[in-house]
Amino acid sequence: MIFSKLKLDSLLLPLIGVVAFVALWFGLSATVSPDLPDPTATWVSSKPVVVEPFAYRGEMDQGILRFTWLSLVLVAKGYAIALIVGTPLGFILGLSKVATKICDPMIQVLRPVSPLAWLPLGMILFMKTGKGVSEMAALFTIAICSMWPTVLNTAVGVRSIPQDYLNVAKVLKLSRTKTLFKVLVPATLPYMFTGFRLSLGIAWLVIVAAEMLTGRPGVGGFLWQQYNSLVYEQIILCILTIGLVGFVLDRLMSLVEARFKTA
Amino acid sequence: MSSYLEISRVTKTYTTPKGPAVIVKDFDLKIAKGEFVSLIGHSGCGKSTVLSMVAGLNDITDGGIVLAGKELDGPGPDRGVVFQSPCLLPWLTAFENVMLGVDQAFWTADKSERAAIVEYYLTVVGLGDSMHKRPHELSQGMRQRVGIARAFALSPKMLLLDEPFGMLDSLTRVELHGVLLELWRRNQITALMVTHDVDEAIFLSDRVVCMTDGPAAEVGAILHIPFERPRDRKALMEDPEYYRLREQLIDFLEHRAHERPSQAARAHQPALATATA
Repeated sequence: MIFSKLKLDSLLLPLIGVVAFVALWFGLSATVSPDLPDPTATWVSSKPVVVEPFAYRGEMDQGILRFTWLSLVLVAKGYAIALIVGTPLGFILGLSKVATKICDPMIQVLRPVSPLAWLPLGMILFMKTGKGVSEMAALFTIAICSMWPTVLNTAVGVRSIPQDYLNVAKVLKLSRTKTLFKVLVPATLPYMFTGFRLSLGIAWLVIVAAEMLTGRPGVGGFLWQQYNSLVYEQIILCILTIGLVGFVLDRLMSLVEARFKTA
Repeated sequence: MSSYLEISRVTKTYTTPKGPAVIVKDFDLKIAKGEFVSLIGHSGCGKSTVLSMVAGLNDITDGGIVLAGKELDGPGPDRGVVFQSPCLLPWLTAFENVMLGVDQAFWTADKSERAAIVEYYLTVVGLGDSMHKRPHELSQGMRQRVGIARAFALSPKMLLLDEPFGMLDSLTRVELHGVLLELWRRNQITALMVTHDVDEAIFLSDRVVCMTDGPAAEVGAILHIPFERPRDRKALMEDPEYYRLREQLIDFLEHRAHERPSQAARAHQPALATATA
């Protein structure tokens, strides 16, 4: 009895959601949006890209997983920059009231700016790099859009370190570096990882916009190209892929985060 | 009496929006080398403030504190502090928590010597088998044992205890009194403890210092505890002198803590020597 209830909750109910979604999709393409390919057409047209996921037939004609991999590499680079810049910045903001007062207005203004707005600026900034400009601009956009959760969560984490821990450091007269690495960093880790997880979500969100605008090969670039060449079926494939990858990334980060929460 | 720790006319004032709030005023106390002194008073009277000023965690507004002939300026590992909550870093094992201080106090010693110091003190407090556990795997009493080991392992000039047994159940408390006294006896260390437990103060101390109620708290009365050491709790409980001292302390806390010490001295029996005498 309990087993079947469990099965119902974790298997059957999500399945109902999927079926309803597919039905809605069929319905839409049959009625109001005749240009929207229905699920069968999507599958038929996407099949070559899916069954040979690592095929390479040209820069903009590759298997879906190969595109995903290209996107992931770009995200990883931009995300790494975001963490390398964002974490220390968060520490500085958490430790110094003066730094907070100086930076906070700028952060609050820059934070809501869309990736679509940053990308042209990135292009201008790195114009001198010549051929690499589109990659640099994409990295710049991913980094600047995704670093804010890391900055803000780290700062909150540093501010909420219990006074007890700081007293221990003071009483033992730990040096600044020792206080930082033995007390401040370990005490802030759970907050930092919450920031890291949120940042990764944003970085993945930004990749599509960055690839669309720069025309780089990847899931986002592929999506845009197929739209321009009127192959609508594969757009849906790209959307599903982006969603699934984002979901997996978030799960993975949650696992890492949970590890540090209990420690 | 030659004094090892000398607190002279120490005053602590906080500035508040409503003007300065005087927490402690002209606090005077001398402690001899190797002496165990307790500071007792109602909660919020400022006894912990005095202790944290000696620890260097709290700035002194006025007056000065001299330890072993040197005026104190900020915190340092020459004073081992045991906090009310053990204040262990949860990401370090018991061993690493103690090592953190030992590394700092004995940075000239090599690694194996430092490890030996940590192991020695953790074994003495009864944690020989649990050295490599993290705080969340230890009971509250065991954590406080680590806290005590950490303070002693620094071989400090002075031990400062801020209601160290306040969060423990009474059985654990009695056990840890034993652990503390044993270490104190072996190391012949000077100790200042803040407590609000009358029995604990009498059992552990050579002198009990009663503080008047705040604001502007000061030393109200000092009680000498004459019992021979090592003390036996059971024998003490049967000693009429113990009850006489206990009565005096409770009488002070109940009736006279709110009076200024000068009035208190005049109005009551001379058995309680006032701070100024």
